[in-house]
Amino acid sequence: MGRIIVVTSGKGGVGKTTCSANLGMALARADHSVALIDADFGLRNLDLLLGLENRVVYTALEVLAGQCRLEQALVKDKRLKDLVLLPAAQNRNKDAVTPEQMKQLAYALTKKYDYVLIDCPAGIEMGFQNAIAAADEAIVVTTPEISAVRDADRVIGLLEASRIPSKLIVNRIRPSMVQANDMMSVNDVQEILAIPLLGIVPDDEQVIVATNRGEPLVLSEEVTLGGTALRNIAQRLEGKDVEFLDLNAAYDTLFSRIKKLFRSK
Amino acid sequence: MFNDILERLFLGSDIDTTSREDVKGRLKLVLAHDRSNLSPEMLEAMRRDILEVVSRYVELDSEGLQVALESDQRATALIANLPIRRIKAQPQP
Ligand SMILES: Nc1ncnc2c1ncn2[C@@H]1O[C@H](COP(=O)(O)OP(=O)(O)O)[C@@H](O)[C@H]1O
Ligand SMILES: [Mg+2]
Repeated sequence: MGRIIVVTSGKGGVGKTTCSANLGMALARADHSVALIDADFGLRNLDLLLGLENRVVYTALEVLAGQCRLEQALVKDKRLKDLVLLPAAQNRNKDAVTPEQMKQLAYALTKKYDYVLIDCPAGIEMGFQNAIAAADEAIVVTTPEISAVRDADRVIGLLEASRIPSKLIVNRIRPSMVQANDMMSVNDVQEILAIPLLGIVPDDEQVIVATNRGEPLVLSEEVTLGGTALRNIAQRLEGKDVEFLDLNAAYDTLFSRIKKLFRSK
Repeated sequence: MFNDILERLFLGSDIDTTSREDVKGRLKLVLAHDRSNLSPEMLEAMRRDILEVVSRYVELDSEGLQVALESDQRATALIANLPIRRIKAQPQP
C-alpha cells in the first residue's frame, strides 16, 4: 500500500502545485512509482507544471461518473515511466466531488503506486476537505509572510483535528532579506507553527523558468539551489537524513563579507 | 565596535525594532486569538469578570493591567498581569 500525502497551505500562490510537481518528479526519478492527483477542481494547474496539459483526455470526474476506467484517465509521463497524473476537471467547481469519492480514487491508486500525492486547492472549504479526506500525512507549504503563516496555522489546526500529522515546507525564502531583518527566518516560522520542518526552498527564478517550460526544476541537469532543495525534500520523504541547505552560505552578502573581514582582525 | 558602525551604515539604526521583529509580534498575537477561537467580546467579558473577582480582595493598579492570550507550541494560555496596589482588610462581596 502506498503512502497518501496531501500538499496543502490555506493561502493560494505559496507553492503547493510547484512542490507537488517537483516532489512527484523527484520521487519518480528515485525509482518510486508516483501518482499525482490534482484536487484543484476548476483551477487545475498541475498538468501545466508537469508539461502534460496536451495529453489530458479524461479527468477524475469521468472516472467517478463511470464514463471511463481509472487507468484511462491517468496521464503517463514520457520522461519518467513511473509517474502518472490524475487530472482535475477544469469546467466544474470544487463541489463537484465528495470526500468519499476522493477516498475511493486515492485508495485505488495506493494499490499500484508507492506515493499518491494530492495537490490541494487554496482555502479551507469543500475542496480542502476533499483533498485531505484520504491523506495519511500532510505537507504544509508556507512562505515567510504573515498572511501565509496565519493561514498555514489554521490548516495545521484542521489537520490536527482530523488526526493527520503534518510537516512544514518554508518556500520562497530570501536570505538577503532575512539577513537585513526584513523577512522572518525559517526558524521564526517553524517556531511559531511548531510542526517538524521538512524543507526549505529559496526564492529562485529558475522555478519560474522551469514552470514556463513545463519541466519541473528537479528534472534539470543544471544544478540550481531550488532544484537541490526540492530533491532534498523528496529524500527526506523517503526517510533519508539529509541536512538542511545553508542558504546564507549560498548568499554571502557584501555586508557579511566586510563584517567577517573586520572580525578576523 | 566596527561591526556596530557597519551595521548602522548598511542596515540603518538598530534602535527601532526591525520589520522582522514587528511581524513576529503581530503574528503571535493574531495566532493566539485564532487558535483560542475566543471572540473579542468573550475575551473582554472574561477580562471584566476576572477583574471584578480579584478586586474583591485587592485594590488593583489600573495603569499596568493586562489580560491577553499568548500562544506557544500550539498551546494557548491566558496571561494576566494584575499589579496590586493594596491588599484589602476584608473581602468585599
Ligand atoms: N521557490 C520559488 N521561487 C520562485 N517562484 C516560486 C517559488 N515557488 C513558487 N513560485 C511561483 O509562485 C507562483 C505560485 O506557485 P504555485 O505552486 O502555483 O502555488 P499554489 O499552488 O500554492 O497556488 C508560481 O508562479 C510559481 O512559479
Ligand atoms: Mg495550485
